[in-house]
Amino acid sequence: MTISADHTAQHPAPEAQTPGAAAPGPAPEDAASEAVRKFGITVEDYMLPARHQIQMVGPDGTLTPHTEQGAQPGHEYSLPGDDELLAAYEQLVVGRRVNDQNSALVRQGRMAVYPSSHGQEACQVAAALCLSEGDWMFPTYRDSVAVMARGVDPVQTMTLFRGDWHGGYDPSRHKVGIQCTPLTTQLLHGVGVAHAAKLRGEDTVVLAMCGDGATSEGDFHEALNFAAVFHLPVVFFVQNNQYAISVPLAHQSVAPSLAHKAVGYGMAGERVDGNDIVALLAVLGRAVRLAREGSGPLLVEAHTYRMQAHTNADDATRYRQDSEVAEWVAKDPLSRMKTYMTDRGLLDDDRAAGIAEKAEAVATQLREGLSEEVPVEPQDLFKYVFSTPTPQLKEQSAMLADELARDATSKSEVAK
Amino acid sequence: MSPTLTTSSEANGNVSAATARAAATAAAKAEQTGPQTITLAKALNTAMADAMHADPSVLVFGEDVGMLGGVFRITDGLTKTFGKSRCFDTPLAESGIVGMAVGMAMNGMRPVIEMQFDAFAYPAFEQIVSHVAKMHNRTKGTVKLPMVIRVPYAGGIGGVEHHCDSSEAYYAHTAGLKVFTPATVADGYRMLREAIDSDDPVMFMEPKKLYWSKDQVDLDALRAEHAENTERGTSSEGRAAVARPGTDATLIAYGPSVPTALAAAAAAAEEGRSLEVIDVRSLVPFDDETICASVRKTGRAVVIAEAHGFASVASEIVARVQERCFHHLAAPIRRVTGFDVPYPAPKLEHYYLPGVDRILDAVDDLQWED
Repeated sequence: MTISADHTAQHPAPEAQTPGAAAPGPAPEDAASEAVRKFGITVEDYMLPARHQIQMVGPDGTLTPHTEQGAQPGHEYSLPGDDELLAAYEQLVVGRRVNDQNSALVRQGRMAVYPSSHGQEACQVAAALCLSEGDWMFPTYRDSVAVMARGVDPVQTMTLFRGDWHGGYDPSRHKVGIQCTPLTTQLLHGVGVAHAAKLRGEDTVVLAMCGDGATSEGDFHEALNFAAVFHLPVVFFVQNNQYAISVPLAHQSVAPSLAHKAVGYGMAGERVDGNDIVALLAVLGRAVRLAREGSGPLLVEAHTYRMQAHTNADDATRYRQDSEVAEWVAKDPLSRMKTYMTDRGLLDDDRAAGIAEKAEAVATQLREGLSEEVPVEPQDLFKYVFSTPTPQLKEQSAMLADELARDATSKSEVAK
Repeated sequence: MSPTLTTSSEANGNVSAATARAAATAAAKAEQTGPQTITLAKALNTAMADAMHADPSVLVFGEDVGMLGGVFRITDGLTKTFGKSRCFDTPLAESGIVGMAVGMAMNGMRPVIEMQFDAFAYPAFEQIVSHVAKMHNRTKGTVKLPMVIRVPYAGGIGGVEHHCDSSEAYYAHTAGLKVFTPATVADGYRMLREAIDSDDPVMFMEPKKLYWSKDQVDLDALRAEHAENTERGTSSEGRAAVARPGTDATLIAYGPSVPTALAAAAAAAEEGRSLEVIDVRSLVPFDDETICASVRKTGRAVVIAEAHGFASVASEIVARVQERCFHHLAAPIRRVTGFDVPYPAPKLEHYYLPGVDRILDAVDDLQWED
């Protein structure tokens, strides 16, 4: 695809320049102009989300008629293939089981806290499945299911919430950023990863995730703007689950939709039914493809719902009505997909049983892994602050070692 | 190069072309060898150019660092020499600059980024404190962030508000950040090369009032020293330096306060008092050894810093030294620091800044009659 490089890369090689010729060259052919050419629509029609959210399978599990899917010229989507749908359905079932298992483990005191993505599993799974092997994901604390769906070991993923360390997997190995608690700060890390890859000529795409409340943060703005200005292959994926702890979206933003924010940065936005994994796969798949082909960044807003409280420490009944929750039960991502897959003949009892078995195996892995008492190593406190500990840290490490040695001695003396 | 090449090959081509070009430039440049008089600004600029020449993953970016060469011209010529892929301007957003650098460092680059002024780095505080400082720790050492955040800091240039803060204590207080501050031209080169070489993030605090201070240095000798240190795995990183030897009392200073301390020592010498001046150089890690050796020898010490004294690096130095040298002390350690007021307007700053007289008064107070 012949699309322009970023502002830093498209100018003539500096050796050909005379002093002062480092000045910006002619205006780059930007993503928008490219889209106009490619899709035959106006810049505005490319950047603005389609007039309605993209939905392919409705809450009742039937295929939404093509004319009602929300697509319009330049925003057209085709149904993902059967194998892709089956793989996604399996991950959905596993994801729901993971959420339920982890919440149970918190109730049993085996984990300190677990921000559940119950109800948002379609977003979680699609986020992982839309990426290729060399791509990166930058998740938040609520995206554990996406992290696991990306291939990270479930028990390692839970390290943060079990409380033995801040993270349990190697981000570089899995190309999954450490789950981030400070809101939207990780979007900029995703931008940096994409920028480095682009400078090396790699075709890496980064999926950078955040929630609706997070779009109020300054780093959301800075990340989108940097990605757009440097023309980077980043897909910003906002799971709009309606609440930032207790505060509803109406108190965060009065934009027509969060996807509409894209146009202000000169990038394309799209909104999608976040409980419809078929539409999510189509929309995120297209976004990742466009980003890889050089369209620059895109913003996808998924409309979903946080079915449970913010965390186990939160009481959702203080700020929302049961009736509202009930409305969303009817829009559940799993049940609609089960109906759809069964009606399509893609899912029979045997296959469903096989998938349930796989989900149960992951739950067992979590139960066993998190029941295991992993001894913590006090000296780890000092080990990873710097590549080489400073003299000050060596001193403090010796002090703790000495304290522990004296503790051990006095305990053994008491035992005598 | 055609502007319709694909994104990837074009960017790739730029990096390698820039590297080759830099090599050619360096080779062709019949640079003056032997000792020469240069500014701290030039030393810093040369350190970045040499590091970029040596390693294509070293990138420089920030506000106005490209065409303009930075508001203090510290990045002058880097874009021209290395191309816009290696030294470039960013949108005006400090958190964005630092956050993007974090991601680049995670993905194989060694970003050297510029915060335009001390106080303008505050929007990046969350990225620095929550991510730059903690990433290595949170990931049990699997992610290293080899990045340098250059901060022109401190006052003495008649700057208006928000341009003269001494912000080093915020960073020194944050576990996981190295904090360097050069005071001499040679150290400008030496320490910036070390900072860029560091696999851990470094806050590189540049005393802006010293940017145009000059000294005679031999850049080739400094390059050779760097090459030798790299080969042997040795360096001056984390070490304080004796800036002026003396016997009667120790002045402990860093960054912009080092020349003031040296001036005070020179004035004291005329009155027959021999003051040793220590240039701390690295606030983190801290060189207890060199500093305590001096204080044990002299038995008296004054710590000098421009920053507010309360809860400051100067306070930390006093605490550390007295914990380690109590029985060698003839008098309590004194601090000469900025007052605990917001950095004053230009016409008032000379009342605020630690000066020679205030230092000598503190030295006079070190119970000499006992």
